[in-house]
Amino acid sequence: METSVLNLPEREYLLPGNRTCAGCGLSIAYRYILKALEGNAIVAVPASCLTVLHGMYPTTSVLIPCVNVAFPSTAASASGLVAGLKALGRTDITVVGFAGDGGTHDIGIQALSGAAERGADFIYICYDNEAYMNTGTQRSSSTPLGAKTATTPVLGKQQHLKDMPRIMEAHSVSYIATACPSYPADLYDKMRKAKTKKGTRYIHISTPCPPGWIFPTKDTVKMGRLAVETGMVTLYEMEDGVFRLTGRSRSVAERGKLKPVGDYIKLQGRFAGISADNLKELQTWVNSRWAGYLKRA
Amino acid sequence: MGTRDCKHISAMASPSIGEAGRTGEWRTSRPVIDHSRCIPVRKNKPSCFLCWLYCPEAVIKRDIPIQIDLTYCKGCGICAEECPSGAITMVAENDYVER
Repeated sequence: METSVLNLPEREYLLPGNRTCAGCGLSIAYRYILKALEGNAIVAVPASCLTVLHGMYPTTSVLIPCVNVAFPSTAASASGLVAGLKALGRTDITVVGFAGDGGTHDIGIQALSGAAERGADFIYICYDNEAYMNTGTQRSSSTPLGAKTATTPVLGKQQHLKDMPRIMEAHSVSYIATACPSYPADLYDKMRKAKTKKGTRYIHISTPCPPGWIFPTKDTVKMGRLAVETGMVTLYEMEDGVFRLTGRSRSVAERGKLKPVGDYIKLQGRFAGISADNLKELQTWVNSRWAGYLKRA
Repeated sequence: MGTRDCKHISAMASPSIGEAGRTGEWRTSRPVIDHSRCIPVRKNKPSCFLCWLYCPEAVIKRDIPIQIDLTYCKGCGICAEECPSGAITMVAENDYVER
């Protein structure tokens, strides 16, 4: 039976009164990730919004153990945790490396690539809010074309984003999935599946960010939904190399077509004043990527 | 707090509700529910619960009728936006009158 709102576990592992901004997309995603892990996990977290969510000593707002690690070393620390737990014979605990897009695409990629090559037995989750949101919205290699950030303030970023799941695919890891907090049941199912696999598993979650993307806090879920419906984000999973579209992306592929990218970007302040050339380029890029997914599915 | 079972002080944080204080004070507008329009109340059985599903703060309880913990609700307005029956409205804190 597919998970729905009525059979998702009610128990919360994320406590109210935490430090995230109002309307945080990461917060929604993290609730369901923790539900899927059932509290039996250790997370390794580098500098990111998730560190902020976990809170300041001597209190924390999360009910599972967390190790705060240096920015480039998420996957290395997670490998170490796996080795330590193995030595202690505690194999029932899931180790999770959890970093933002800056900590994955830019700073943490070396350690992640190394761990994936060794097949270290942990789940790596990248929550992708498409810039360094924690430090004030600086451009990352996951920022899409045309988006204005603190370091690309005039024209917006002039390069396309880096497709991290495809880089992970090149490592032949056992499970790769993309998800979005606007579809929590889909995210929950993917986490449950990842938990049953062995070796390095990679999950990429696109999390809308109201202050960074500049939209009203109430629209977080709507923005995630639009991202999927316009093809800026595609929901899929790859089990042992077998590609499959899931959830809303599958239903868009089977019946109907993508909405124009303009529907998505016009609601976000970071794309204000995007040039016509950039918009056209972005649409072409989305179309060709979507065509690639359809061919594989 | 910060002490292990063996009484040694450690740099380990302990879980606590309200780690950032009473985050309800951040709110500029509050969610007000009209229970007579809420789907689980009308059907009197578990259904919908989209406000619970999408609440980033986990301050909504999946009960009939649903309950919102306003001590920690940051007032993002996602529940009001996602409610299919329009049972939740956001009222500016300055205009809110207790009834």
